[in-house]
Amino acid sequence: MSFSTKHALRLALIATAAASMAACASRPKPTPPISTPTPPASEPAPERPAPTPGPVSQGAVPGSEQDFVVNVGDRVYFDTDAFEVRADATPVLSAQAAWLARYPNVQIRIEGNADERGTREYNLALGSRRANSIRDFLVSRGVAASRIATISYGKERPIDPGTDESAWQKNRNGHTAIVSGAR
Amino acid sequence: MRLKPLFLAIFAALATTVSLTPARAEIEVNVNKGDVQPLPIAIPAFGGQRGADIAQVITNNLERSGLFAPVAPKAFIEKDLTVAVQPRFDDWKAINAQALINGQVTVEGGRLRVDFRLWDVFSQQQLLGLQFTSTPENWRRVAHKISDAVYERLTGEKGYFDTRIVFVAESGGRLNRTKTLAIMDQDGANPSYLTDGSYIVMSPRFSSTSQEITYMTLKPTGSAIYLFNLETARRESLGSFPGMVYAPRFSPDGGRVAFAVEKSGNSDIYVMNLKSRTTQRLTTDPAIDTSPSFSPDGSKIVFNSDRGGSPQLYVMSAEGGAATRISFGGGRYTSPVWSPAGDFIAFTKQTGGEFHIGVMRPDGSDERLLTTSYLDESPTWAPNGRVLMFSRETPGGPPRLWTVDVTGRILRPAPYPGSGSDPAWSPLLN
Repeated sequence: MSFSTKHALRLALIATAAASMAACASRPKPTPPISTPTPPASEPAPERPAPTPGPVSQGAVPGSEQDFVVNVGDRVYFDTDAFEVRADATPVLSAQAAWLARYPNVQIRIEGNADERGTREYNLALGSRRANSIRDFLVSRGVAASRIATISYGKERPIDPGTDESAWQKNRNGHTAIVSGAR
Repeated sequence: MRLKPLFLAIFAALATTVSLTPARAEIEVNVNKGDVQPLPIAIPAFGGQRGADIAQVITNNLERSGLFAPVAPKAFIEKDLTVAVQPRFDDWKAINAQALINGQVTVEGGRLRVDFRLWDVFSQQQLLGLQFTSTPENWRRVAHKISDAVYERLTGEKGYFDTRIVFVAESGGRLNRTKTLAIMDQDGANPSYLTDGSYIVMSPRFSSTSQEITYMTLKPTGSAIYLFNLETARRESLGSFPGMVYAPRFSPDGGRVAFAVEKSGNSDIYVMNLKSRTTQRLTTDPAIDTSPSFSPDGSKIVFNSDRGGSPQLYVMSAEGGAATRISFGGGRYTSPVWSPAGDFIAFTKQTGGEFHIGVMRPDGSDERLLTTSYLDESPTWAPNGRVLMFSRETPGGPPRLWTVDVTGRILRPAPYPGSGSDPAWSPLLN
């Protein structure tokens, strides 16, 4: 990985963190169901170039896993003990659906995750519900169900080691992993 | 891995119990009262090879139960006890030992024989006189058998020392945790690994025979439930299912495994007959149904469901059908475990920002919370139904194994120095 792509990734991660903090601050209002207005599935994913710190940078190769992670977003977040797709997740998931429409050979696995404030087996079931909510959303946006696998990691795969609400919020997520077919 | 065959012979008391005249009431330890003082007991080194080691294992077992207070050996006055002669009771009264265990180890023809006596010091009665034989390398199990005999004689409850714990050994940081299936004696001795740590393992459980376990594996490609025979090391999958499978538990007769199957996000409880390999669905609710646990007679199952809006405990017939909610205390209840004694169901409860291990009667009455911490979970019963092991995490720390008795009074770290979760206590070994 070149310096520039590393840098771009880091910036993207910071942006993700900021977004999730914002989401956190706006809670705990009840989240509307997934019928909130979203861009149509046919709309292409935003063509933002990756931040270019130097003249040599080219950003992510379109259709690559990195393109998906940096330019679309591979993770959306959930409320405590809830599995409904949140309003702030619908633009990300709509962009995922659009990206998947553009790259029809890509197979994905949706991984449901829970925070540590629940017991192990219950959290496995909760993670399954989250993964399936995302799958249903993507299918409703035209992604073939046959391209989507789901799994729950329960609380076994946290992305933030912290022990406060901001860490737990990040760990309550659904992660869309590219299994195959990316460039 | 393979359990060494153990032939333990128990003979009736060799020396006769001399006291025909009950001088005073026998000593007694009550495991069900929360306010008892631990009983002072003297356990001098047994005579013969491994004699000191055996006395030490017994001392550690009884001390860890919280019901006994072993007297420090440096206080002992009588030094030359033999099993053939009565102790000088005045010497043991003088140091306020109310009970005394002495013993002798003999190794003959490749066999280890241990004779021991349990004495009531103040009434000057012999309470037990037993002999165990085994192979010399099994000396720890002989010490556990003696501990169980003493515990049972003095408390009236079965012991739980000749048992093992299967659990998930954890290592690494919070973001790259390695989870390895492991097994050890209940006192932390003889730990060994059953998986290589390259994938997640969870929820191990013993069968009633102690020779077979079931557990769940979790890989990016999916989850699976395995049966693993500890004697033969034979490993076998329960089969493939449309979604995730998790939370396996044996029925008390070992003939069935109940578990949860997830399909399209909905988790329900199923049971498989291990002989016919037929699977029956027990719940059909669109809510989460998971963490089944059989009653000791095999007729009922307690499980976890959020069908009422939050995770609570429900009891149904082991054949399925209507379920009755039994948890009403406010808060979130998960991971129920029916006591092998049948009188309690243990659970994890979440209230506010804290987690508790608790017990309630099978009808939901008499709820008692035994522990409180940042994160306590996964209770498992000792085979006598009087002690629980569970895992505890401090904020940001690795999980550790702890034990608590059913009164909540005797709370201690389990004798395992590493990080562990999901403990499962075996039945008494044969």
